[in-house]
Amino acid sequence: MSQSLISSSLASVAYVGAAILFILSLGGLSHPETSRRGNLYGMVGMALAVLATIVGPRVAAAGAPWIIAALVIGGGVGVYAAKTVKMTQMPELVALMHSLVGLAACLVGFASYVDTSVQFAGAEKTIHEVEIYVGILIGAVTFSGSLIAFGKLNGKIGGKPLLLPARHWLNLAALLVVIWFGGEFVSAHDAQSGMTPLIVMTAIALLFGVHMVMAIGGADMPVVVSMLNSYSGWAAAATGFMLNNDLLIVTGALVGSSGAILSYIMCNAMNRNFISVIAGGFGSGAGAPAPKADGAAAEPQGEVAPVSAVETAELLRDAKSVIIVPGYGMAVAQAQHTVNDIVKNLRERGVTVRFAIHPVAGRMPGHMNVLLAEAKVPYDIVMEMDEINEDFGDTDVAMVIGANDIVNPAAQDDPTSPIAGMPVLEVWKARTSIVMKRSMASGYAGVDNPLFYKENNRMLFGDAKKMLDEVLVDLEH
Amino acid sequence: MRIGVPREIFPGEKRVATVPDVVTKLVKLGFEVSVEKGAGEQADLSDDAYVQAGAGIASGASELWSGADIVFKVRPPAPEEVAHMREGQTLIGFVWPAQHPELMQQLAAKKVTVLSIDCLPRTLSRAQKMDALTSMAGVSGYRAVVEAANAFGRFFNGQITAAGKVPPAKVFIAGAGVAGLAAIGAAASLGAIVRANDTRAEVADQVVSLGGEFVKVDYEEEGSGGGGYAKVMSEGFQAAQREMYAQQAKECDIIITTALIPGKPAPKLITAEMVKSMKPGSVIVDMAAEQGGNCELTEPGQAVVKHGVTIVGYTDLASRMARQSSTLYGTNLFRLAEELCKTKDGIINVNMQDDAIRGLTVIKDGEITWPAPPLAAAAPKPAAKAAPMAEKKGGHGHGSSEPMSAGTLAGVFGVGALVFWAMGTYAPAAFLGHFTVFVLACFIGYMVVWNVTPSLHTPLMSVTNAISSIIVIGALVQILPPEAGTNGRPDQLIQWLAFAGIVLTAINMFGGFAVTRRMLAMFRK
Repeated sequence: MSQSLISSSLASVAYVGAAILFILSLGGLSHPETSRRGNLYGMVGMALAVLATIVGPRVAAAGAPWIIAALVIGGGVGVYAAKTVKMTQMPELVALMHSLVGLAACLVGFASYVDTSVQFAGAEKTIHEVEIYVGILIGAVTFSGSLIAFGKLNGKIGGKPLLLPARHWLNLAALLVVIWFGGEFVSAHDAQSGMTPLIVMTAIALLFGVHMVMAIGGADMPVVVSMLNSYSGWAAAATGFMLNNDLLIVTGALVGSSGAILSYIMCNAMNRNFISVIAGGFGSGAGAPAPKADGAAAEPQGEVAPVSAVETAELLRDAKSVIIVPGYGMAVAQAQHTVNDIVKNLRERGVTVRFAIHPVAGRMPGHMNVLLAEAKVPYDIVMEMDEINEDFGDTDVAMVIGANDIVNPAAQDDPTSPIAGMPVLEVWKARTSIVMKRSMASGYAGVDNPLFYKENNRMLFGDAKKMLDEVLVDLEH
Repeated sequence: MRIGVPREIFPGEKRVATVPDVVTKLVKLGFEVSVEKGAGEQADLSDDAYVQAGAGIASGASELWSGADIVFKVRPPAPEEVAHMREGQTLIGFVWPAQHPELMQQLAAKKVTVLSIDCLPRTLSRAQKMDALTSMAGVSGYRAVVEAANAFGRFFNGQITAAGKVPPAKVFIAGAGVAGLAAIGAAASLGAIVRANDTRAEVADQVVSLGGEFVKVDYEEEGSGGGGYAKVMSEGFQAAQREMYAQQAKECDIIITTALIPGKPAPKLITAEMVKSMKPGSVIVDMAAEQGGNCELTEPGQAVVKHGVTIVGYTDLASRMARQSSTLYGTNLFRLAEELCKTKDGIINVNMQDDAIRGLTVIKDGEITWPAPPLAAAAPKPAAKAAPMAEKKGGHGHGSSEPMSAGTLAGVFGVGALVFWAMGTYAPAAFLGHFTVFVLACFIGYMVVWNVTPSLHTPLMSVTNAISSIIVIGALVQILPPEAGTNGRPDQLIQWLAFAGIVLTAINMFGGFAVTRRMLAMFRK
């Protein structure tokens, strides 16, 4: 047993320092100017915590090579992924990383369970075992759920919700089984007899995670991603309880509440409550027949007026103020750079150009902001929905690029619409709106969009990137 | 005292110096009002209306002039009108003393008092309500657009109709004074693309605010000549300006010129050459026609077609909207009457100590007092541009919801109390310590995260994700703790589990921070 470099008190103080740095790190994100420093605080905090642990009393010196090897392998993979990922793939990357945290929480939980060197008795033993059980449960759900979310986001798994019959009952049954095995687990006398319930529970939790995310439609992905973000935090917090480590608890709580707030914001932005998102099946499920089927809801009337890229360029040239509403379609088509070129051209002509970002545009919170930032669009012309929604009335042209549900007037006009009450960007109030779309297909919510039939709306059909390139060529000559 | 309002006898003048609505107000001020028969006829104001408002009707000019103590007029008095005047009378109207020196002599000889409304010191803010030049220029500017639209064979606004696309008309307005600004507003509200230029660079904001686009001359020189008027510019500037006008003439469908320099003939901005370069069917409205015109081909008082371009040189644009301009003018004179009669007893006091009245008074009891000494230079107005920053919304909807009802709140607290009670009863002390930390950390997280700007939500997720790899500590303390090898601990198994855990979290940790860094570096103004 070698002497450690620092005492356990010093390690604890280092943990407090790390916790403070993490809080500062999140605080820094309140503004783009301070955010870079915020990220730096996070890195310093993490380095401090890891170093204090390695040189602290809980790790024998002989463990260091193992740790360094693991950190180098993992770090190499991580940095490589971070350098090569495309900004449009951010949601996938984030989802994948959530799954890693979940898996790590599971591993630590199992390791902690089989560790016989730590012995508790009485209530402490029960609590410790409950902590292990809950930690592994959350970790497993996070792991499998995030993997499925990753698959859905990069298109390996279809975006349509998978709806098993009686799925709510299935979930309920799974929950009951988990609770029953929890009782078995806690009352088990030794590690061997406790292992069976633990493994069964893990399997159920994994299946539950898969089932939960599979049932959620593509448009709800921002909620799912932020929810999984929250879970990964709770998993860390549970691990902290298990290991009696306050730093893990604090950090887990920070991350957990951050994800929870994001989920809440996303749900608000879609006017849905959290339970119904998790229950899944947007637009085509939950026993509610799509309103189109019974014919009671108003079918959009009128004709669609298509325009060419050249006419679009003309409309933009003649406009004094333009608002661009980007959606997931812009990300799919990788059109953000062309958009920026068009914006630059228009701004040089003295046209006021701004962006309106709906909170759930894209596949994760803030997705559009990141894409536009990548294309070097200045962030002070990128507005939130609340900041800009009133300005559409004074706008000459509102250009919608690859968005659908977030600009659907039915959310306001048609109480029978599945998205009724969802806050939407009021592009139809602009003098002219141009919607860029591949076809007349409906959005993720599966709802027809009356905007397309409005008299002042024009449709520019085609791939967003290709069409915008043509618009740009016409603007430039 | 009695105010007399004669019929204007200048050919084509349709305006009248007061309207029935104003008569009522003048009567309230204590004045008697007498209006010559038919004075308002051309402005669609009947004698009956004046009578109903409380005015008397004078059957002819001589009766009116002899019975009045104060005379309200629009145009400068003609010789026969001067002949009607008598000592002690006061005349208020446009006199233009600089242009009419003989008239000034005649009036002075009559020993009258003359207030020339065009001599109002316009920079005094309290004089604005009496500023008849501004109100008349506003009417003229509007009318100029109407005349242009009348002569122009196309829509002003761009339209996309079933029958094809109509491009919007392009209107260029030279001179963004009051008339120019009124024209910009009128043309823009008809839907045209409006451009405007003025030698005074400070009006650019006003042009934009009315929906126009300010066209700069590529030459550095300040054109403000004091008193809000323009001055004569240097040779170099004029050359650059000509070039700009030539360019606009080629591009625009309609040109409205309003350029005037006080006491000088109007500058010739639009040459015959430029008129030739305009598209057939284009229109020029020359609002400076009376001072010789801004266009070389203008014929004052007429609309002519030259080189396929209609050139409107009407000098009576305000008079063409007689009722509107009479109402505005009448109100201006009423405001002046208020200033002259602060006691509201119908007796005027031409107070030469008052800056506004001193400026207006060109003849006082037969003595020429024009021009008035310049006003003490008013401090230049500080640019009131720095509009207060829109108040920052706190917390992105956080707390915007209504507070919970008392019942719900009590319920929430009740459940919370029960949970806490249960915990306090059964849980061991060590757990409670951690639990305290956990709850407080949740609250800190809640407070901190609400402050995150929505545009940074993706970096927030990736950084929280990176931070959640703090779980690595769990794996670190398991890999080779001091207790290893004791108590039958399965060291090998735990070590490999912990190793895998560290690899996974390291991916997350390094990857998460690196990608956040990469993203944040992209955010720029």
